[in-house]
Amino acid sequence: MAEAKTFIGKAAVLESLPDHPAIKAMLFWHPSALTDAKFDRGEMTLTIAADQIREAAATVQAAGYNFFEDVTAVDWFPSSPRFQLSYHIVSHSLKERIRLRVLVDGAEPSVESITAVWPSANFYEREVFDLFGIHFAGHPNLRRIMMPDDWQGHPLRKDYPVEGYR
Amino acid sequence: MTDTIGTPILEAAAAKGAHDQHMVLNMGPQHPSMHGVLRLVVEIDGEIVMRLYPEIGYLHTGIEKTCEAKFYQQVVPLTDRLDYLSPMANNLCYCLAVERLLALEIPEKAQWLRVLLAELTRLNSHLIWLGTHAMDIGALTVFLYTFREREEILRIFEGLSGQRMMTSYFRIGGLSLEPPIDFFDRVQGFIRTFPEKIDEYSNLLTGNPIFRNRLKDVGYLSAADAIALGVTGPNMRGSGVDFDLRRDMPYSSYEKFQFQVPTSKVGDCWARYEIRLIEMRESVKIIQQALDGMPQGPIKADAPKIVLPDREKMKTQMESLIHHFKIVTEGFAVPQGEVYQGIESPRGQMGYYVVSDGTAKPYRVHFRNPSFATLQALETMCKGRMLADVVAVVGSIDIVLGEIDR
Repeated sequence: MAEAKTFIGKAAVLESLPDHPAIKAMLFWHPSALTDAKFDRGEMTLTIAADQIREAAATVQAAGYNFFEDVTAVDWFPSSPRFQLSYHIVSHSLKERIRLRVLVDGAEPSVESITAVWPSANFYEREVFDLFGIHFAGHPNLRRIMMPDDWQGHPLRKDYPVEGYR
Repeated sequence: MTDTIGTPILEAAAAKGAHDQHMVLNMGPQHPSMHGVLRLVVEIDGEIVMRLYPEIGYLHTGIEKTCEAKFYQQVVPLTDRLDYLSPMANNLCYCLAVERLLALEIPEKAQWLRVLLAELTRLNSHLIWLGTHAMDIGALTVFLYTFREREEILRIFEGLSGQRMMTSYFRIGGLSLEPPIDFFDRVQGFIRTFPEKIDEYSNLLTGNPIFRNRLKDVGYLSAADAIALGVTGPNMRGSGVDFDLRRDMPYSSYEKFQFQVPTSKVGDCWARYEIRLIEMRESVKIIQQALDGMPQGPIKADAPKIVLPDREKMKTQMESLIHHFKIVTEGFAVPQGEVYQGIESPRGQMGYYVVSDGTAKPYRVHFRNPSFATLQALETMCKGRMLADVVAVVGSIDIVLGEIDR
């Protein structure tokens, strides 16, 4: 596979892929919001400061990454910061996908909703809220989507058992 | 924690310009046109839909959580159960994702067979869509015809994997078995006659005035809305967005096949109907190319620590027996990393996000299924239209509740 190249760390990525449209746009907009970067297995991952995600989403949208595909979370319990949010965004014109990554602390996790940028994030953010308990500020209808409304707990967290009773 | 319990449409003030006669109507979860257990809460003024709110989760079984407790290979049967009308597409997407994590090279024959099977799955899925969609509209006959052809596809799948629907035929690193001797002849026989069958459906529906009137100018979705609401696949192309992962971000050697991606600028249910009919014809072309140019060689990657050995070798060679035992009891470790693999499933862009922490079980598996996002666009398509159009629209966007609720 032609995915052999791997660059880990912001400096390495900036040095080897300075012309990547998403990186260019990000640096032009707010260099300090980009805290880390990784190019691994043919996928570009940009780590964004947690309080900047909405503007970062708008920035990559303006840079040509027009189609929001997916957002989900990964629970790295018990390490800290506990949650990782992965936004996957496709560009129809560049025929390329990037991943925006946000790290969120475990205590009362909250990030800004990107539904103002892409309304399609609505259901996905509700799902993350439901199954991980991450709050999305500014979401128009942040309710549980999979589990019943009166459910206790968030099933996809790592401290929630896979089988048996809680 | 949520403060409110219940459906927000019931609690919120009535829509703007509402009169006293607004009514809230529940369609589903047990409704013949809801394609599973979808509940739509519809606020209607007379027969006009004012607001619509999809309530999902009735089929939620926590597959993503279950995956975290399984070995990588054991996840494959779970993926069948997401979009149960196109199991091979789910298998393919998952296997590609894990293979990229493992940096595994897949033999050409396996790749081509995967393409062939993915396209057969597309035919299978589109046939069910066409039959049920026409049935929702009231054209019962087509259902019988489409299921006649689908039966042949299911028999081919059964000959291949021993299962009609939950095939689990794909393996990480290739395919589970060599296809049976008559497999290629059967597929050839099927696609030789299939284009005529599409003409037959078209004869039954395209000129049918009832079908036309129920679909034309109904369920309009603009290109901008399709992108904003995350709609993909034939629904998006029916609105004029020309993007297909098979052509634009090819996987599993799709770049070696020639096919057209139909688009339409109209954006109504009729455009989606036409596009899927053309897609079926294009799938037939891809299958024909795959049959004609099918490479020779193994169907499994040369990776003894990941791919199970042949039964024969396992019984005669000590080393194969050890590998077999190790893989079955301990699984195989996958290097740390994260991969998002997108494919074009029959319903649109499917994406599997697999995160590995270096052990034999996936740390996190997330499924991006096209129907989930498409459902968000339902209100946009139905607002201001007649209640009966909701049935036509739900039929035309081709959703499967198994992959929505997961």
